[in-house]
Amino acid sequence: MTTEKTTVHKLRRVYVWEKPVRLYHWLNAFVIIVLIATGFYIANPLAIQSGQEPSQRFVMGWVRLIHFIAAYVFFFNFLFRIYWGFAGNKYSNWKQFVPTSKKFFKEMWHVFKMDILMLRGKEHMSVGHNAMAGLIYFFTFIAFLVQCLTGFGLYASMSTSWWFPKMFAWVPYMFGGDIFLRQVHHWTMWFFILFAVVHVYLVFYHDYVEGRGEMSSMGGGWKFIEEDVFKHNKELPNAPKS
Amino acid sequence: MKNEAVQQNPTYLEEFKRKGYSRKDFLKFCTLMAAYLGLENSSVGQVVRAMSSKPRLPVIWLHFQECTCCSESFIRSSHPIVADVLLDQISLDYTETLMAASGFQAEEAMKNTMTKYKGEYILCVEGSVPTAADGVYCMIGGKTSLQILEEAAEGAKAIIAWGSCASNGCVQAARPNPTSATPIHKLVKGKPVIKVPGCPPIGEVMAGVIVHVVTFGRLPELDGLGRPKAFYSKRVHDTCYRRPYYDAGLYVESFDDDNAKKGYCLYKVGCKGPSTYNACAVTKWNNGTSFPIQSGHGCFGCSEENYWDNGRIYERASAFPGFGIESTADTVGKVALGVTAGALAAHAIMTNVRKKKLIRNLEKEGKESEHELKG
Repeated sequence: MTTEKTTVHKLRRVYVWEKPVRLYHWLNAFVIIVLIATGFYIANPLAIQSGQEPSQRFVMGWVRLIHFIAAYVFFFNFLFRIYWGFAGNKYSNWKQFVPTSKKFFKEMWHVFKMDILMLRGKEHMSVGHNAMAGLIYFFTFIAFLVQCLTGFGLYASMSTSWWFPKMFAWVPYMFGGDIFLRQVHHWTMWFFILFAVVHVYLVFYHDYVEGRGEMSSMGGGWKFIEEDVFKHNKELPNAPKS
Repeated sequence: MKNEAVQQNPTYLEEFKRKGYSRKDFLKFCTLMAAYLGLENSSVGQVVRAMSSKPRLPVIWLHFQECTCCSESFIRSSHPIVADVLLDQISLDYTETLMAASGFQAEEAMKNTMTKYKGEYILCVEGSVPTAADGVYCMIGGKTSLQILEEAAEGAKAIIAWGSCASNGCVQAARPNPTSATPIHKLVKGKPVIKVPGCPPIGEVMAGVIVHVVTFGRLPELDGLGRPKAFYSKRVHDTCYRRPYYDAGLYVESFDDDNAKKGYCLYKVGCKGPSTYNACAVTKWNNGTSFPIQSGHGCFGCSEENYWDNGRIYERASAFPGFGIESTADTVGKVALGVTAGALAAHAIMTNVRKKKLIRNLEKEGKESEHELKG
């Protein structure tokens, strides 16, 4: 019946994202959404009319409280991820994010050619992040750091509770005051929004053109790679990348 | 007369008496100052003792690029003794605005103080120092501001930078800063500089800083930016009487609306109280009469660095540098989001075109497998 035989892929299951990585990812996604939503409200609160007495109301108070709680979760989640960059498997290792070798840049160039310029050629078949994604995540980690520093820096002077926020008291002094600090905090938030849009798109994209479980990998942790890619990577001395 | 006063080194109490103040006035003044400094009740005695036993501080008060609003604020501080005695006496040695002497006599007085009290006098500076074009934008007695500052700073015990000009450049240093107006701490090295920012700073705060130096013989505790903690450790927002409206989420939307009449929070019409460190909401102005927020206008952060360039006065929105005056971080963000969405749509279309074969093969493989399976 068939005139030409289609290649039937033999896929091999690889456990890429360990449970702590997946937990980190979804917790992070959740608190970032909360932080952005509450952050927008704090920056420009809605004009809510109500018949309540002002003394009965605490709208901004609650929104800020949620923002601060989410900020604490975000910070410690971030710290945990840094730790996991040393303790986790090879796909969550810090070397996936920081360009330390020529190979990293070579792969980045390859990804650029295939996924952005859409040139024809051999598709790259990374198992974890591809090098380009790794570097972008590295930038997001820097954005995380900026957000933590500016956020807790702003929070330090109004916090009267414990020692932790006080550790950030030096930040406004370095930036020359709260007004500028607040602006940096606001600008950086837009990086998160832009990142999220591109990130979600690319997950769809990779699932669509590669068909090996990119989308579900952050759920169960599995990705599927072709048998020949698997064999090829197995023979490589270093990280299993194509 | 001037120089006599310097040579005799009278104490503050003696000066007060000479001016015709009673001991009661003097005690009131000391109590007031102790309160402003945030001292305990028991420390009032320490202030009294210091003011009645210590000889008055020799002070040189220099004026550079400024509007004299700091001096104006100082002589209007709530207790008459502040203006009448503190300023009159401390700045007797040299201050362009208020000294009687002029010309060579004035220069002579400054020189005298500088040599006689070397290492002991306090140098107060009002105004920024223009450094562009070799400092020609502000010259006194044939010398540039920088020369005068360097000479005077040489033998000073400490330097007080009065107001935003001296602390962070203020309006002269706003973009594009044509005269290269420079705050004092960037020019003087190796001397402690107390910054007392504000445009102007509150008179009581200025008096408080001087009384602290006299009473304790050392500088007040400073924060990371060099401001006295007693007056600059809290945001205007934290002590504002309209704060409960902020927490309740009730805001003035425009200056003529009902919410403004009700006295709601001015956050949305650009109040910079949440980012400004000053004592306005506590000490208030003009004998404790009022402060900007009380009169229905948001704080515009005059004691914060760069406040002329840090966004607009009547909006909270943060400006985004390099994108024109009208653009805020949010408009830039929205445009960037639109561009990103457009680029992704283009990318999605290109993917279907360029990677057609790849996608088709995947689909074909999937469909064939589906057919092979028995339902």
